[in-house]
Amino acid sequence: MTYTPSQLNQYIKGRMDSDPILSKILVRGELSNYKFYPSGHHYFSLKDGEGAIRCVLFRGNAAGLRFRPENGMQVIASGRVSVFPRDGQYQLYCERLTPEGAGELAVAFEQLKRKLAAQGLFDLDRKKPLPRFPEKIALVTSPAGAAVRDMIRILGARYPLAEVIVVPVLVQGEGAAREIAAALDYVNYHRLADVIITGRGGGSMEDLWAFNEEAAALAIGRSKIPVISAVGHEPDVTIADFVADVRAATPSNAAELAVPDQNELYARLDSTGEYLRKTVAVNLGNCRKKLVFLSQNPALVNPERYFEGKRLLLDYQNQTLLREMEQALARRRERLGRLAASLEAMSPLKVLARGYAIAQTPEGQVVASAKDLAAGERIHLKWSDGGAACRVEEIETGEVQYGSQEKNDL
Amino acid sequence: MAAKKKMTFEESMNRLEEIVSLLGRGEAPLEEALSLFEEGARLTRECTAQLDKAEQKVKLLARNGEEQNEL
Repeated sequence: MTYTPSQLNQYIKGRMDSDPILSKILVRGELSNYKFYPSGHHYFSLKDGEGAIRCVLFRGNAAGLRFRPENGMQVIASGRVSVFPRDGQYQLYCERLTPEGAGELAVAFEQLKRKLAAQGLFDLDRKKPLPRFPEKIALVTSPAGAAVRDMIRILGARYPLAEVIVVPVLVQGEGAAREIAAALDYVNYHRLADVIITGRGGGSMEDLWAFNEEAAALAIGRSKIPVISAVGHEPDVTIADFVADVRAATPSNAAELAVPDQNELYARLDSTGEYLRKTVAVNLGNCRKKLVFLSQNPALVNPERYFEGKRLLLDYQNQTLLREMEQALARRRERLGRLAASLEAMSPLKVLARGYAIAQTPEGQVVASAKDLAAGERIHLKWSDGGAACRVEEIETGEVQYGSQEKNDL
Repeated sequence: MAAKKKMTFEESMNRLEEIVSLLGRGEAPLEEALSLFEEGARLTRECTAQLDKAEQKVKLLARNGEEQNEL
């Protein structure tokens, strides 16, 4: 019989669909030509060194992917091989795609970690400091289980001053990441706390997966209130731990990080009080010593000595003053004496003492020449012991002749 | 006689010195010599009187001061 192409394709399809191997097969290979279509279907090829096969991953199955397939990845695809009747192309209809080696969760973890790190979500300078004395603490965690009970117990024991608010969420399974994100946003929006602790008790990577999801990580990133992540036990690290402001090894550790220990606070208050008391005592002691020292100062104890000193000084100044003045007077008297003596020596009176007389006009002018006189004029004659008022009778001119013993330089 | 203006003690002494010096040179004519001598005598009297007055005052002040100290 002669087949049409459609009929041939149908035959091939029938053969393939009923083949036990082809209807459920696992294929290991490298992803290439990976294309994401708007329809939601993924088309790609799986290849090894020598050959390749076309694959399709329909939207429904693609939704279950935990990681983002990239060209070059080594994967294991499970599904069936069949042929598309319209074009005769046979391809692998994938149901599941898992990365080889690392495991899809590990790959997803690395992918998200790279992505968020590149966005700067893990940067150290984004991290906010925790409040020293928080008033309210929100626990975004499962309301059941040991984790929340431990945290409440430790918070209460260490720092009962803080109010603890539990915001219950699913911490694993479908929708957990969304619930955690919503709870974080809710606490922020209503400002329910000064610090948030989010986390859960230990488990497998699968159990902790909600804290590796983008929704939870982004919600922690946009929280304005500081967030402590407390997921699982010490070796467990989740994306939430990278984004959070502080990472705690366990939920109990988170409680210790969130609040101070009241016993320590009491001890510190005691020692501070003691220090203050001692310091004040020392200060007072010093002041007192200084006061005693000052009060013993002679100026305060014997103030009259101050006055005595001043009085002595005054007396001394007074004496000096007197002495200086007397000396000044004495010097002048001495000088006056000298001058008087000199004057005396040249005194015309000496001449007069020898018996000579001075002729003066009534006005007191000395008559030095006979020519200055007129007959009848009044003149006054002065001797050493007195004088006479006279009238000129007659003028005689011509040089007077004396005896040669008389020398006078009057 | 020339009009006298009030001279300080020092001025008087200096004038007296001057008079003695002039007279000492012996160049002054008679009238002037007599006039100078009169002035000199007057100055001597005045200066002496001033010194006496000063000494009295100092004695008085000194005595007053002592009296005050004894209070």
